[in-house]
Amino acid sequence: MTTNPLDADRPPELPRSGRRGGGGDVRRRRRDESIMVPDAEFQSYYGHQVVKPAPWKKEIPSYLFLGGVAAGSALIGAGGAAAGLSSLRRIGRVTAVGAAALGGAALAKDLGKPSRALNMMRTVKLTSPMSVGSWILTAFSGFAGTALAAEVGRSVLDRDSFLAKLLRVVEPPATVGSALFAPPLAAYTAVLLSDTASPTWHESYRELPFVFVSSANAAASGLALLAAPTAENGPARKLAAVSAAAEVVAFERMQRTLGPTLSAPLHEGRAGALLRVSKLLTVGGAVGAVLFGHKRTGAALSGLALLAGSACTRFGVFEAGIESAKDPRQTVEPQKQRLEGRRAAGASGGSITTSRSTDMPALQGGST
Amino acid sequence: MSFWRNQLSGPTDPVADAAWEAPPPRKGFFTDTSICIGCKACEVACKEWNAIPEDGLSLLGTSYDNTGSLGASTWRHVAFIEQSGERIAQARESGRRLVDLGMPAVGLPDTAPAPALAGSNGHGAAGPGAMTDGDAVALASEAAAAGTVPDFRWLMSSDVCKHCTHAACLDVCPTGALFRTEFGTVVVQDDVCNGCGYCVAACPFGVIERRDGDATVKNSGIAQKCTLCYDRLGAGQTPACAQACPTTSIRFGDLDELREVAQQRVDTLHANGYTEARLYGADPTDGVGGTGSVFLLLDEPEVYGLPPDPKVTTADLPDMFRKAGIAGLTMLGMAAAAFLGRRR
Ligand code: SF4
Ligand code: SF4
Repeated sequence: MTTNPLDADRPPELPRSGRRGGGGDVRRRRRDESIMVPDAEFQSYYGHQVVKPAPWKKEIPSYLFLGGVAAGSALIGAGGAAAGLSSLRRIGRVTAVGAAALGGAALAKDLGKPSRALNMMRTVKLTSPMSVGSWILTAFSGFAGTALAAEVGRSVLDRDSFLAKLLRVVEPPATVGSALFAPPLAAYTAVLLSDTASPTWHESYRELPFVFVSSANAAASGLALLAAPTAENGPARKLAAVSAAAEVVAFERMQRTLGPTLSAPLHEGRAGALLRVSKLLTVGGAVGAVLFGHKRTGAALSGLALLAGSACTRFGVFEAGIESAKDPRQTVEPQKQRLEGRRAAGASGGSITTSRSTDMPALQGGST
Repeated sequence: MSFWRNQLSGPTDPVADAAWEAPPPRKGFFTDTSICIGCKACEVACKEWNAIPEDGLSLLGTSYDNTGSLGASTWRHVAFIEQSGERIAQARESGRRLVDLGMPAVGLPDTAPAPALAGSNGHGAAGPGAMTDGDAVALASEAAAAGTVPDFRWLMSSDVCKHCTHAACLDVCPTGALFRTEFGTVVVQDDVCNGCGYCVAACPFGVIERRDGDATVKNSGIAQKCTLCYDRLGAGQTPACAQACPTTSIRFGDLDELREVAQQRVDTLHANGYTEARLYGADPTDGVGGTGSVFLLLDEPEVYGLPPDPKVTTADLPDMFRKAGIAGLTMLGMAAAAFLGRRR
């Protein structure tokens, strides 16, 4: 939370500030005297969650991963086409379509009524990142599918046949289209998570898109390293290095913005373990790609590490948001701090809790 | 973007925003928890009328609450909270501070606190039929003079969907299954919802939920919540819960009027020394643009399991999309750089 300066992490030398410096559970805390409400004890209704976690199963983090792979691969495919690297072009196009198809299937499977999956196309709704995302995925799949058809056409069709000629005409726009829809595909999933009441997801909305696009690039470069001949994998090695660095930086910033309370789910429990492993794999994979990517085994192992790292990032962030929704403290404490911050700043409106009317006569018994 | 902002947060008329022509006045609930006796008639009436399936028959060990929370198959939920004298004094104090914050011009008395509402105060937790208003006021003033705080009280509160002015559930629904009715309420169309579950994660009050169960369970796999008895409203009837409530703790009506009634009630309670009384959801400038279900509470919202400062998540959506756009460009840039600098 950034709404209240008092919420920031405190340096340890401040005497008896009572704030923790890192993760862990804080049962009671002393407050600064400048905060007006002394009610320091955390209250909840029998420890029940206040907001509900998304009812999503492992299909959704799988989709986050697959969608990222698809988006990054489309960029690699387009880059390969532009730079005349045929193996990267081919690998990128195939995995873009494959991952998008698997991802779409995962999305449909997670629905409460999979038979109504097409209701996603019933309307276009800008206030719903899921609606926007469905259309992005559809457009992306259309372009990427056409690019793949052109790719297949190159090898199986007679060069002079009508279909081959047609595919050669549509190939460039399809490639450009898939490259243009790739970034939205990789980035919207961050908005999808952030546009919820799950505290850790919502408050990470400033940095999460950067984490996700970097993770997408890293995963796709990993796949390319795994599949492409070492002679042509130079761009994938570079992409691995850049995106791993970007992911680490974005993630650190995200944790800083979230502050100690809301970032706690990112380093506790299974989510914490996943994210620690993710960092090791991503950084290790990128270093490996740069140093040993020119060798077959080196490239393959680094590629695998990058892919696994990206998957761990997605599952870790997913899990952390679910956990933050289940914890009433995650919902209540930042909101109380926001409220107190506003009140300390003298704002009288804007609160859901209000009292008696201002024009009511003073109570019997005089005034203070 | 400014059009978006009006649509996404701040005071507004949601019915007009939903483009209804000549709609009836916005409808809502006023739930006055100070007179709730915890009979759960509302829960039962709701389940009956809406034909909601059974969702657990266990004893939860949370006072008289064996329902747990609002959910797919619980659209009214009566919360029970047992409190000690210390906590009552704190509630009274926090209510008093609320007045201080909202109205710095008006002084407050030094007098000792009155007995707690909705609980045993030595005179028994009598229903409204047992005590006239005059008696209650006299008792309150008497106790205020004596400086007593009861050593125990029971808080009871019938919770329900807030029918938010800015409803996150409705905003994020990708299929359009959730919609704004002509009464200003928020309702799921069972035949459209595909159970994506987005609304569940978006609601800042933890109200809506996807119903579990196999094909034999009605509407399983579909998001379910209070409809404010859309079917009954259409026929000019009162919602089942409000109709069943024996104490008028749940009132149904035009939201404008209900807000006034609620304000009068909190004023009266304060005048009688019950400074713990406060309204929840009556201010259209709050984070959800005010709620269609207004509550009178006797302690901090979180004590009842309500969020203390909810904010509709879509209020930040323009900014989220902006950040995502920059991130997308970054992604493109990273890939371009990897291919451009390729010869080395
Ligand atoms: S309380 Fe939740 S379910 Fe009800 S209208 Fe508001 S956001 Fe929707
Ligand atoms: S679960 Fe149904 S009502 Fe809820 S957001 Fe998805 S489609 Fe809409």
